[in-house]
Amino acid sequence: MAEASPYAADALIPHTVEPHPVTGIPNGKFGIWLFLASEVMLFGALFSSYVVIRTTAAHWPPEGGLSSEILNVPLATVNTAVLITSSITMVLSWASLKMQNVPRFRLWLGATIALAFVFLVIKYFEYTHKFEQGHFPSHDNFYAIYFTLTGLHGVHVIGGIIVNTFLLTAGSRMWATEPERFTNRVENAGLYWHFVDLVWIFLFPSLYLL
Amino acid sequence: MATAHETTSPEEFKKHLGKYYVVFVALLCLTAITVGVSYMRLNRPLAITVALVIACVKAGMVAAVFMHLISERKVIYAVLILTVAFFFLVLLLPMFTIVDGSSV
Repeated sequence: MAEASPYAADALIPHTVEPHPVTGIPNGKFGIWLFLASEVMLFGALFSSYVVIRTTAAHWPPEGGLSSEILNVPLATVNTAVLITSSITMVLSWASLKMQNVPRFRLWLGATIALAFVFLVIKYFEYTHKFEQGHFPSHDNFYAIYFTLTGLHGVHVIGGIIVNTFLLTAGSRMWATEPERFTNRVENAGLYWHFVDLVWIFLFPSLYLL
Repeated sequence: MATAHETTSPEEFKKHLGKYYVVFVALLCLTAITVGVSYMRLNRPLAITVALVIACVKAGMVAAVFMHLISERKVIYAVLILTVAFFFLVLLLPMFTIVDGSSV
């Protein structure tokens, strides 16, 4: 009879469900919070650049007028509402798993993904309108900051769509064998998604309204 | 000690869903207020203050309720306090170039 590998236990990822004795939380949750901390610094550096460029500019936007006259405030307002709605559908998908209701989980997570696509489609219309006017990131500092911040945020929305689509499809098979671990995964994906919403909450007034 | 959302049974959990809807409606209302105030053409320092205060309130609601920070572990608070400290450092350090009279 073959002996069990002494390394077999090492291959298992520890503390995916039960709390780690040091942190008091599962490793995945601690990991996502550390990741979000690094994300705060990433967006923080760009916000910092924005503040410096804006406060040293003779006029903002450089070509005159107001940000709210140059950018499409109604579309961005709709997009804000879309992201806020996607945040509650995300938290309800996790809550559905806590209540052992898988069909409801699929419904809410599917709605979250759909709303993320709506956000990107609206952003697409905003961007193409600017491009048609010849306003690219190289136009001036205003458009450079606008496209960099909203573009990086858009990349995060795409990342969220990929993760949530995995959890809705192939990833959801884990529910049958390890329901608690799967619920934790959805919670962690939710933490990321709420962070994406949180970033937009600051981007919207900073770029469009002020 | 486990946090509230980790321990409740499915039946108990259902009773706590209301707070998510309350925050959702509050976030939509605050968004409408932010946009409404922007059309009032306040002077710039006041407009920036009002917009950022509302944004901070909205962010606080998302973090506290949707991200469960209101009942989270100390280790996460410690990570976030450190993050916020460094965030403000990154935000404020470049200000010295402005105070210094340097231009970008």
